[in-house]
Amino acid sequence: MNDWPLLSLTTFLPLLGALFILTIRGETEVVARNARNVALLTSIATFVVSLFILAKFNGASPDFQLKETALWFPGTTIAYSMGVDGISVWFVLLSTFLCPICILAAFGSVEKRVKEYMVAFMILETMMIGMFCALDLVLFYIFFEAVLIPMFIIIGVWGGARRVYAAFKFFLYTLLGSVLMLVAMLAMYFDAHTTDIPSLMAHSFPFKMQLWLWLAFFASFAVKVPMWPVHTWLPDAHVEAPTGGSVILAGVLLKMGAYGFIRFSIPMLPDASVYFTPLIYTLSIVAVIYTSLVALVQEDMKKLIAYSSVAHMGYVTIGIFAMTTQGVEGALFQMLSHGIVSGALFLCVGVIYDRMHTREISRYGGLATRMPKYAAVFMLFTMASVGLPGTAGFVGEFLVLMGVFQVNTWVAFFAATGLVLGAAYMLYLYRRVVFGRLTREDLKGILDMSPREIAVFAPLVVMTIWMGVAPGTFLEPMHASVSKLIQNYELARAAHDGLTLAAR
Amino acid sequence: MITATVFLPLLGAVVAGLFGRFIGDRAAQIVTCTLLIASAVMAGLIFQKVALGGEAQTVVIAEWIRSGTMAVNWSLKVDTLTAVMLIVVTWVSAAVHVYSVGYMSHDPSIWRFQSYLSLFTFAMLMLVTSDNLVQMFFGWEGVGVASYLLIGFWYEKPSASAAAIKAFVVNRVGDFGFALGIFGVYVLFGSVGFDAIFAAAPDKAAASINFFGVEWHAITICCLLLFVGAMGKSAQLGLHTWLPDAMEGPTPVSALIHAATMVTAGVFMVARMSPLFEFSDTALTVVTVVGAATAIFAATVGCVQNDIKRVIAYSTCSQLGYMFFAIGVSAYQAAIFHLMTHAFFKALLFLGAGSVIHAMSDEQDIRRMGGIWKHVKVTWVLMWIGSLALAGIPFFAGYYSKDTILEAAWASHTLAGQGAYWLGCTAAFLTAFYSWRLLLLTFHGRPRADEHVMAHVHESPAVMLIPLLFLAGGALFAGWAGYEAFVGHHNQDFWRSSILVTAAHPSLENAHHVPSWVALLPTVVAVSGIALAYLFYVFAPGLPVALANTFKGVHQFLLNKWYFDELYDWLFVKPAFKLGRGLWQGGDGALIDGVGPDGVAAATRVVAQKVARMQSGYLYHYAYAMLIGVAAFVTWYIFNAR
Repeated sequence: MNDWPLLSLTTFLPLLGALFILTIRGETEVVARNARNVALLTSIATFVVSLFILAKFNGASPDFQLKETALWFPGTTIAYSMGVDGISVWFVLLSTFLCPICILAAFGSVEKRVKEYMVAFMILETMMIGMFCALDLVLFYIFFEAVLIPMFIIIGVWGGARRVYAAFKFFLYTLLGSVLMLVAMLAMYFDAHTTDIPSLMAHSFPFKMQLWLWLAFFASFAVKVPMWPVHTWLPDAHVEAPTGGSVILAGVLLKMGAYGFIRFSIPMLPDASVYFTPLIYTLSIVAVIYTSLVALVQEDMKKLIAYSSVAHMGYVTIGIFAMTTQGVEGALFQMLSHGIVSGALFLCVGVIYDRMHTREISRYGGLATRMPKYAAVFMLFTMASVGLPGTAGFVGEFLVLMGVFQVNTWVAFFAATGLVLGAAYMLYLYRRVVFGRLTREDLKGILDMSPREIAVFAPLVVMTIWMGVAPGTFLEPMHASVSKLIQNYELARAAHDGLTLAAR
Repeated sequence: MITATVFLPLLGAVVAGLFGRFIGDRAAQIVTCTLLIASAVMAGLIFQKVALGGEAQTVVIAEWIRSGTMAVNWSLKVDTLTAVMLIVVTWVSAAVHVYSVGYMSHDPSIWRFQSYLSLFTFAMLMLVTSDNLVQMFFGWEGVGVASYLLIGFWYEKPSASAAAIKAFVVNRVGDFGFALGIFGVYVLFGSVGFDAIFAAAPDKAAASINFFGVEWHAITICCLLLFVGAMGKSAQLGLHTWLPDAMEGPTPVSALIHAATMVTAGVFMVARMSPLFEFSDTALTVVTVVGAATAIFAATVGCVQNDIKRVIAYSTCSQLGYMFFAIGVSAYQAAIFHLMTHAFFKALLFLGAGSVIHAMSDEQDIRRMGGIWKHVKVTWVLMWIGSLALAGIPFFAGYYSKDTILEAAWASHTLAGQGAYWLGCTAAFLTAFYSWRLLLLTFHGRPRADEHVMAHVHESPAVMLIPLLFLAGGALFAGWAGYEAFVGHHNQDFWRSSILVTAAHPSLENAHHVPSWVALLPTVVAVSGIALAYLFYVFAPGLPVALANTFKGVHQFLLNKWYFDELYDWLFVKPAFKLGRGLWQGGDGALIDGVGPDGVAAATRVVAQKVARMQSGYLYHYAYAMLIGVAAFVTWYIFNAR
């Protein structure tokens, strides 16, 4: 299968599954069962195919690989162009890895409109993978925006009590940014006369224009990350979304913003990126400290973890804009580990939500007595979230801080306070839910994790420890692409500095 | 062999942790104890080969993190310093493992306990065998987690859960400094490996670096940041508040983690970094001052505590202070020597206290003990041995190490060192006093427990006493046996390159030539401390009460541990929650959402309503609006036409 279009295959396989699910007819029960099975099998098949991408990917080369190009609109440069480099390949895998887990987790928790849920989920998967593979501005935009639609529906239909409010808030925020991004993309096209992403990376935009383009992209990406102060959609969206939706939201959708910074802002608009770095640092530090403190006082488990996501993504943006090898690689690694760990934490909440139908922390306590397996798994992911060395959470955080320390010690200092605050709110959560005496009557009959739930968590546990003990597996293929990114960035900066000097 | 020594405890932890439920408590105990004893035996062999034979070695296991120019391996480095730590960790840990079989026999989750103990031992071994700062950080945080799990082992007790979180978070404050220190070292040396750092240290002795917008002496700032980490782990003044609370954990945990091994990790780390600290007199002075202050602070508090374990906990805190000021005057060897002897006698005291608690039906308040020596003779003798060693009575282990530290402090001829000597002597007096206060109140005098408890007082089983006897052997002979090698005239032949002392800091060498009063004073004060305790609690029992009533303020101040907990609660904990709530409701809720999405949505609705009202249906309204429009257009055109 040497010249198979692997990327397209991975991208559109879930869509094929969705079409297949749509054809299922019959009794509600049968339809639900078949829809679940088809969705699970399709997503597993997608994951397997995506492993071939990794196998064929050459980590030593910094270029886009496995490229597929087909002209789309004759007469323009707009093309269906796909490809991955050492940065995006991991996000493709992250998406394909998390999807089967989410679908398996939905087996017990989504009971109405199962068929439609699975269809929405499969479409969501296609859009996510397509977004990370797209090498054309227009194609990217389509995928980037299309992701929102199934997510909007998943929150709005299968969500909790305030699902409509949450869905609209989510949509309002993300739409505002998207509009500005579209304008910026048009402007880029008229300046560079191409929509090809690699060509745009080589093109140098005038400095004034860069500033405006950067701000427009920032409006879109900052909402997705989310950065303070445009983060308030996240807690609501998470709280109302069904478990699988939360996992994908935290695991993959939040990565779209940071991915955008790495793919667009930094390589295409290097001077503006330098210009705005202090802004990013400030917002990120505020995010780390502010949201950590807010997380400390949350009474809803999902909200707490949602706020912790904002804090963790603060590290990512700091790392990206530090523009040192450790900073960028740390940020990428943090994105992967956050995808796994926060996804797993939302699943942990899902496990007890499915049993008790409440996310209120004070309604729990003493679960360790009845649910030792659950307590152990939850402890592992709590520790990973806190950034314990030997788990996935440590490597990213450590590299980011090390990377930014070389550039700005103050930023490192303030960001590192997250080490203390993170430990405080996560352990406080764990204590209130799992420790203590089991006194509530309704908790006395609660059951430990079922085999299905263990199957959901097993791959996440393995990945968390693998990423913590042998992060080289994941860092190695990044090196070439990251060093190219930094090199080009430095070159562009040097050229800009030369110009401004000459102009004086 | 070193690989096996380190990883056998991990194997034990995994087996007991994952399969404990299936193989049962007894099997879990057998597995963990056997593997640890095997590890301890191998540690002995390694000590002989490395420390006595001089064959230092580093085993690289695998690559861990590589990013840019930073590369870190999983590796095991064994030199004399590590070999000493291996002995301390594995031997005490083996003793505690075996002791726990007896102590925890009534507990419902024995396998979990044994698994945590082994996990802790593994993390501690990774810490001491590290050849770079990042792996040390791994072990550092690993022991922190194990400590968290073990303090909160009885998770149904709210106080235990609270103490566990406190321990972890306060340690994190230290780790915050440690992490920044690692980054600083990396920026300065371009490496985090010990060999590379130490080789380059002399060249960088004068380098300066811009941290936090100010030019600093580079090595000083790195050392100070690392020392913050050491302060957290070793419970030095300011970051000590977690240690007394950590006594909520089962007693074997207190003995292993909060006395013998984990809390000494800070001392080990600074000793390991001696080739860096030696180039910063400022950092060394800070270490001396903090150490001496902790020694005296903890000793004063220890004198008035009533919980048997808390007394010993403060005593640990105080002894750690001794180790630090020894390091501060460049007597690293003496610090490690005291670390080793202390590990034996303090573990002995804790396990002895556990034996007492066990005998007294879980009573921990020494005011409700007394007169039990006849019933628990072995424990009583062992506690005496431990206390004699702690007080530094001649020829017991503590005498050799503590006196060396005090002499070195005096012989450093620096202001801080001299101050440390006098504070250290005062603390030694208090140490002897509170040790005998504890002994006399616990074992001697009239029984103050009720008859029910007294009837049940019984000696512990052999499985608990044998480890105690082993540790007592250490408390009796470790000082005498180790003195020549650790701090004698030819200690350089023992330590080799594992500890660096520059010619500018010859305090340990000078310590061998101090005036005799300097050497005698610690013993004299120790004996007077014991005498005072006898006066207070045997001959004139009314005196301490009268004293406490006369100096009520002082007594309250000490009883409340200098009000550190209250201060921190007021300064950090409460404001953090208050601020969090304010930011959540005020910032996120009112400001961002109010102005942002909710505000926009509300504004849209208001505008829509207003617009809707304009569609009134009356023709003259529309006509009027049209007229205004026409007038406006005409005006605009007229003005534009000009």
